[in-house]
Amino acid sequence: MTTTAPQIGKQRKKGRGVLGNTGLYIAVGVAALLFLIPFYLIVRNALSTDLEITGENWKVLPSFQWGNISELFDDPTVDFGRSMINSLLVAVLTTFGTLLVCSLAGYGLARIPYKHANKVFYAVLATLMVPTAVTFVPSFVLVSSLGWVDTYRGLIIPGLFSGFTCFLFRQYFLGFPKELEEAARVDGLGYWGAYWRIVVPNSLNFFAAIATITFISAWNSFLWPLVIGQDPSSWTVQIALSTFMTNQTVNFHLIFMATAISILPLIFVFLFLQRWLVQGIAQTGIKG
Amino acid sequence: MSTTTTRGVAQPAPAKASQARPRRGLRGNATFNFWLFTGPFLIGLAIFVFVPIVWSIWLSFFDARYTVTPSHFIGFDNYKQILTNSEFPDSLVTFTVFAAFIVPTTWALSLGLALLVNRLRFMRAFFRSVFFLPTAVSYVAAALIWKMSIFSGVRFGLANTVIGWFGADTVAWVSNPTPPWYWLVIVTLRLWIQSGFYMILFLAALQNIPTELYEAAAIDGAKKGWQTFRYITLPQLRATSTAVVLLLLIAAYQAFDEFFNLIGQKATWAQTPLMVLYKSALGTSQDYGAGSAGAVVLSVLICLVTLVQGKFMGFGRGDESK
Repeated sequence: MTTTAPQIGKQRKKGRGVLGNTGLYIAVGVAALLFLIPFYLIVRNALSTDLEITGENWKVLPSFQWGNISELFDDPTVDFGRSMINSLLVAVLTTFGTLLVCSLAGYGLARIPYKHANKVFYAVLATLMVPTAVTFVPSFVLVSSLGWVDTYRGLIIPGLFSGFTCFLFRQYFLGFPKELEEAARVDGLGYWGAYWRIVVPNSLNFFAAIATITFISAWNSFLWPLVIGQDPSSWTVQIALSTFMTNQTVNFHLIFMATAISILPLIFVFLFLQRWLVQGIAQTGIKG
Repeated sequence: MSTTTTRGVAQPAPAKASQARPRRGLRGNATFNFWLFTGPFLIGLAIFVFVPIVWSIWLSFFDARYTVTPSHFIGFDNYKQILTNSEFPDSLVTFTVFAAFIVPTTWALSLGLALLVNRLRFMRAFFRSVFFLPTAVSYVAAALIWKMSIFSGVRFGLANTVIGWFGADTVAWVSNPTPPWYWLVIVTLRLWIQSGFYMILFLAALQNIPTELYEAAAIDGAKKGWQTFRYITLPQLRATSTAVVLLLLIAAYQAFDEFFNLIGQKATWAQTPLMVLYKSALGTSQDYGAGSAGAVVLSVLICLVTLVQGKFMGFGRGDESK
């Protein structure tokens, strides 16, 4: 499906001419520049010396201090490398775990004719009423009594059971073409075999969309890692950034280099997976 | 939504097949398979969602300082304490003010961007990406840029440099407890991060408006621009707008990250509900009873909002998005 009808486009072109279009592009261009300023500031400051950042005269281009990178990773006050590894592990495992657990449940709820399936579905729906952020105190109480504070388990496992993601998968599988599953039936497959051999391989677009959204929200999550990560060894990159900001000694160039590096993985995710991301958001409404 | 639930597979197959295996879909016992598929999720949901909620309701009636297995029952004292202590009611005021700023501005900006991008014919994907890109940035990182570069309170901050050109004095953007400056910082930050996301929703909805409507309006002599926008575009976007407003409200209710990093928990101003909960349960007092009572109150409040949302949207996306 393309944009507005060609007819209307033509009429508009005639009516407004080049001038209207120029105005439109100027407006969009100015808005885009404003949206890009923060990115520019990150890169500029990350490659500057402290003096350039705090100096009186505003310089557009930095002096490209690439040494800031190694200085950041060697900095003894915050173990930034460790926090990047933690974030990567947490985000990747959260994404795989959520996809596995929630997609299976979504399929079961959508497609397996069990007589109490509806009741189970309503129990899942009920959990959508309260966002998990609001219940972080009780979750912390539970996780700390399990002894999971400062562990990967504590960072990852409580976040896997998302009622919303399960709901999205159920809605998706309701619309999955039945003919494909009938083919599986002819081949004598059970539910389990049909799911892995027919349903999943034919749903990779949807899985990619949910995976992208889950990865981003896991990487950017702050409140839960803040609650769980009490020891610096279990900090994610967001906690490390936050600590940098509140430290007594402020090293501007290091802080901005850390910010730049923390954003980099997601910029890649965005550039390469944007198609699925946009599709996922448009399809599912929301996450998060 | 309950009309099309789980019976899909078991519907009678075409004549021959149903002769061979009457009323059966895929091979295997449905009950066993149902629990095989949903079991792991449901067990996790029970442990990590239902148990904590029940536990915290129980804790909220006990004196639970520094312990999660208290024995001293105190009735509604925790509730009395948090509701009479000014911190918690103040945080609800903070939320209300924040929502009053952020909901209309995000709605207007994301709709405006969607309308602009929707009219582009060249470089459309590029501009969409530019507006969407901030969604990738965490609130922590954005707070850092806003606090230490754009709205830094000293001379070299970008905002202070710019207003300096016009001869204005430097402003202490976030460290001044009197509004409105800290609101400017907080609201622009969230606008920057979330507008692109809602723009995508509006773009999807705009492309679902039948072009016949605009053609018919053109025949009827409607002027392009404000008239078609007011009488066609806006009404056609009503379902999406409602959804967006409710989502913005719920997101504002859970605001924590940028407030925590911009304002800080030691400040007396601009403390959101989640920050107050964080301080009471995980700050120096470690009062899980009061923290749980606060969580219960906030949950009940947001349940009400979600129920309203469910009324409007049928627990999920509206019919307009497809």
